[in-house]
Amino acid sequence: MSHTPPFRLARGGRLINRAFQLAFRFDGRHLRGVQGDTLASALLASGQMLMGRSFKYHRPRGPLASGAEEPNALFGLGQGGRFEPNQRASTTALVAGMVLRSQNCWPSLDADVGAINNWLSPLFPAGFYYKTFIHPRPFWKHVFEPIIRRSAGLGRAPVDPDPDRYEQAYAFAEVVVVGGGIAGLTAARDAADKGGRVIVLEQNPVWGGRTPIDHDGGQAAIDALLADLRGRDNVTLRRNTMATGLYDHGYLLAREALADHDPNQGIPRQRLWRIRAGHVISATGALERPLSFACNDVPGVMLASAVRDFIVDYGVAPGQRIVVVTNNDDAYRTALTAQAAGLEVVAVIDARSQVKGDLPQAVRAAGIPVMTGKAIAKVKGGTHVEGVAICDQAGNGRVTATLDCDVVAMSGGWSPVVHLYSHCGGRLTWDEPEAMFRPDPTRPPLGTDGKSMVTVLGAANGDLRCAGDLERSEGATMPVWVMPQNAAYRLRAKMWLDFQNDVKVSDVELAAREGYASVEHAKRYTTLGMATDQGKVSNINGLAVLSNALNQPLEATGTTTFRPPYTPLTLGTIAAEAKGDTFQPLRKTPIHVWHVRNGASFEPVGHWRRPYSYPRAGEDRHSAVTREILAVRKSVGTLDASTLGKIIVKGPDSGRFLDMMYTNMMSTLPVGKCRYGLMCNENGFLMDDGVVARLSADTWLCHTTTGGADRIHGHMEDWLQCEWWDWQVYTANLTEQYAQIAVAGPKARELLQRLPGTIDLGQEALPFMTWAEGELAGIPARVYRISFSGELSYEIAVPAGRGLALWEQLHDLGRDLDITPYGTEAMHVMRAEKGFIMIGDETDGTVIPQDLGLHWAISKKKPDYIGKRAQARSFMKDGSRWQLVGLESLDGRVLPDGAYAVEPGVNANGQRKTQGRVTSSYHSPTLNRPIAMGLVRHGPARMGQELEFPMPSGEVMKARIVDPVFYDKEGTRLNG
Amino acid sequence: MAEALAHIARVTGLGMVSIRADLQRAGDAIAEAAGLAVPGMTRIVTDGSRRALGWMSPDELLLVLPAAERAEALATLTDALAGEHALVVDVSDARAVFDVTGRHADDVIRKLMPVDLDELPPDGLRRSRAAQTAAALWRIPGGFRLIGFRSTADYLRMILENAAFPRSQLAAR
Amino acid sequence: MLILTCPYCGVKAEETELSPGGEAHLKRIGPKGTAEEFEAYLFARKNIKGVHFERWRHAYGCNKWFLAARDTHTMQVYGTYKAQTAHATDEIVANARQARAEWVPDWPQASEAVVA
Repeated sequence: MSHTPPFRLARGGRLINRAFQLAFRFDGRHLRGVQGDTLASALLASGQMLMGRSFKYHRPRGPLASGAEEPNALFGLGQGGRFEPNQRASTTALVAGMVLRSQNCWPSLDADVGAINNWLSPLFPAGFYYKTFIHPRPFWKHVFEPIIRRSAGLGRAPVDPDPDRYEQAYAFAEVVVVGGGIAGLTAARDAADKGGRVIVLEQNPVWGGRTPIDHDGGQAAIDALLADLRGRDNVTLRRNTMATGLYDHGYLLAREALADHDPNQGIPRQRLWRIRAGHVISATGALERPLSFACNDVPGVMLASAVRDFIVDYGVAPGQRIVVVTNNDDAYRTALTAQAAGLEVVAVIDARSQVKGDLPQAVRAAGIPVMTGKAIAKVKGGTHVEGVAICDQAGNGRVTATLDCDVVAMSGGWSPVVHLYSHCGGRLTWDEPEAMFRPDPTRPPLGTDGKSMVTVLGAANGDLRCAGDLERSEGATMPVWVMPQNAAYRLRAKMWLDFQNDVKVSDVELAAREGYASVEHAKRYTTLGMATDQGKVSNINGLAVLSNALNQPLEATGTTTFRPPYTPLTLGTIAAEAKGDTFQPLRKTPIHVWHVRNGASFEPVGHWRRPYSYPRAGEDRHSAVTREILAVRKSVGTLDASTLGKIIVKGPDSGRFLDMMYTNMMSTLPVGKCRYGLMCNENGFLMDDGVVARLSADTWLCHTTTGGADRIHGHMEDWLQCEWWDWQVYTANLTEQYAQIAVAGPKARELLQRLPGTIDLGQEALPFMTWAEGELAGIPARVYRISFSGELSYEIAVPAGRGLALWEQLHDLGRDLDITPYGTEAMHVMRAEKGFIMIGDETDGTVIPQDLGLHWAISKKKPDYIGKRAQARSFMKDGSRWQLVGLESLDGRVLPDGAYAVEPGVNANGQRKTQGRVTSSYHSPTLNRPIAMGLVRHGPARMGQELEFPMPSGEVMKARIVDPVFYDKEGTRLNG
Repeated sequence: MAEALAHIARVTGLGMVSIRADLQRAGDAIAEAAGLAVPGMTRIVTDGSRRALGWMSPDELLLVLPAAERAEALATLTDALAGEHALVVDVSDARAVFDVTGRHADDVIRKLMPVDLDELPPDGLRRSRAAQTAAALWRIPGGFRLIGFRSTADYLRMILENAAFPRSQLAAR
Repeated sequence: MLILTCPYCGVKAEETELSPGGEAHLKRIGPKGTAEEFEAYLFARKNIKGVHFERWRHAYGCNKWFLAARDTHTMQVYGTYKAQTAHATDEIVANARQARAEWVPDWPQASEAVVA
């Protein structure tokens, strides 16, 4: 028997509009659907039952379900940057012009070479990879892994950037109802009566859930509820919005599809809602379970609910001759629906021996044969159902009859959708009579107040008949985990549990035999439930088979962990605006525009962008650095130092506070002077450095490193608020209030004196390590006589809004002095030439100031400072710590930054012993030779000794230990 | 091109003075010097158009005023708090200010800040973040005023304009 | 993602507006401390499953450090309080005891209060 037209029924289809035809392409073929179709209904209506191949065995597969749980019908959708793999045909609305590609097949869906795996399937049991690819050992890396990697993965990743727009939004509500079926809408009405804000989320484009399909008068009941809710100001109804996960304290993420796969709408494609819910009502319904009978994966075997959904919602006939197989009354609705649509219902096969409910009686009355106590022994057909062999459910599979059919509508009962409830710690209980896990009301997820934050209602709570007055009475469900009950191995080896990952009853049984008794282990060993559908249809059946194999009740086996997202989220919604130019907040100095105009090559420093150098025509960024350094050493250069942290510390206790913050004595710093300070953490390690200026009797200004401003300000406030809260100190982070320009070089003073102003910049009035304030070029300015380059140098702070004007004026006035803007790399090299340390180069969070020879900056008089006790610990005082030295390369080449100096012998791990490492290394343009600094064991006591640095190539570079100050040891230049 | 959800405008010419002091002890002196009552916790007091005094933390206020008035305000406040343990500093240049106004100004803010606007009183001042950067927010006629840091002004403008993308309003569809 | 109410400004802040600061109520050990005391101060943390006192800074808000009493297992927040507080308030202790009857505060004053 084959799949025969007509595929679209003459009448019906509550969600479609036949007046609007939509053309699309499937594997190159031109097909048509109608408005309101999903990809699945459009393909079925085109006679396309074969929709994909399974992952492992490449078995032909058709649609199993009609909703988010669909494991088989997944496509690559779209083109170019909009291509997306694994799009579920059942939930993706058809848009005109769509391009679909089938997955897991080559060269085509119909003639797939990989299907040979199917014939070899006895060779690929659970754990196949683990068992097979172990020996010989080297084969794993070079042979097995590359091959497996090539064939692994579901679908293909897109290559081009996604051109679509995504966004996020925050929402707050007293109650969020998830699920827009009858239970959810009723609960929303009740919640809204209490007056708080209520948000209702429905993942589908239509409201109502199963009620309009399954119950006479269902649509009217839903419409009445919607009309009521739409009339309320405190209710927001949001459809096309899938609640993806629930997190601590009522944090609920939901994805709203605004223009999915429809870029022509010109609006954001999807939006991620970040909702804070006072309380969540989960009315997420239930999912139908498949039955495990042999060849239950042949295209045409579908969930009973899906068969009636395709008929009722889309006016599509999945087939012409339908066999229903069930263990419950609900599936009888499918028989009635199919018959009413003019399709032939061959029989209902019911595993139960007694069937007397309203629905079965109605089916019998309609003249449809009902076969009780029966089971499907096997489905006949390869790429499509051709018939079923019938046997006794209680037996081992002996065939008693065969029936011709082209669709099998199966129902193994229903499982509540407990995902959201479980995401944040809600526990389940096994409901034996209904054969399902349902939320345990005594162990719900808890909110910030320690009370339940989720109420589960309706089918999600196991109340499968929740449509109130619309319900007809139904008989009890009989748990059927394997069909027939005592099926032989050859049948169990063809019963699919996880359709997407090709896990069968026999695989789970094998896992149990091999000792994978924990459900989490069995899951990973067999890959049950690990595909993109996350086991929505396979989970419970798999757990039941595992429990039976372990001979324990299902409750003892438990479930695997439910984790968000409920269905896959696009990375686009997670990133939202955080991409491209707004990936991170780039911080720009007030002089940034000048740098851009003058060709700066930027580097990131934290979130800041700072000029690395300013290459001119014909230069690369490194030759520019050389030119910049030589210009500063010869004449004058400017550095944009605005990024340096600037923290004001004011109040009567500021002196003693700063004495605690810094290793130096800051309280004794005279007004008008500057002092270089070191800041450590309680572990004793150096965390920041910078120049401190005393502005007045009770006010200091602390400079921090570029990356340190916020961190150090936070550190200061931490101690002030949490330890010494009775000290009278206020701080303010004024980093961004000022532009700061370093003017450095022998001509620095000459240049600055050309600016009109009120500040005496002479050596007498403003010697090294002092500051003065007044006006420069009509701008209020503070001038610090400090130097990080080793040259005569001034740093000028002006209000940020005036920084660019000052910078430009300096460059106008300094043209004849060959004034040169210099970047961070020139700054780094010049400070290294002077042997100045750099936080982050010479320090790495394990270095104390004593390691760096900075004893002069550590007060001996102070009884205490942050880090003092730690620096007295035995390991800190140990003479064998690595200490700062200069390193002179012996062959004229620059040592690689980070290279290790080795010593004879190996450590416990068989690695070469080390005795030091390079912390900074450059070619010095000033000296025209390589310079380096490093930390070396007993370094300062070993001047002149040679060290060996093995290179990754096997070559060994050598360097001599020297003084770290390479340039102007006497410091005459900076004294100008 | 359809219209943006809101008008995004950078505001210049504002002066800002940060005041740190014991607000219990020095509140009256500050109010007199600033010409505005000291706002309650997380509130902002305005004189209608020119000046506003916002509550930033239990010991910090922010005076917003025309740039031309800031030097005088700094001096007046400093004098008023002489003898008091206090810090009065000019932070005008450290900030970037944007006004977000228009029919869907709310939506623009709701896309960027984890703030429950329904709970923000008419005179509320909320410090939070806008996407990845710190920002403070209060209501102005027709929308909101948002202040962030000067260095991230370009970022702020981009995320605000992005959030105001035409036809992307948050109302359920 | 947690929400904690800042006791300084009353803002119900979400976790992204806060920065964490580890265990609360540590007593600083200065230069006079013994090696053992200092080691404990630097490294010994209770790492409790249950009632936990921790530091948070309202970093994207009023910038104040505050303390929170939170259950590390259930995520229940028993209360937040100012950093300049030697111990959690009686009300917070009562909240925690109501949720976890077996829990007893480990500072003497509160134990007395609870016992009494």
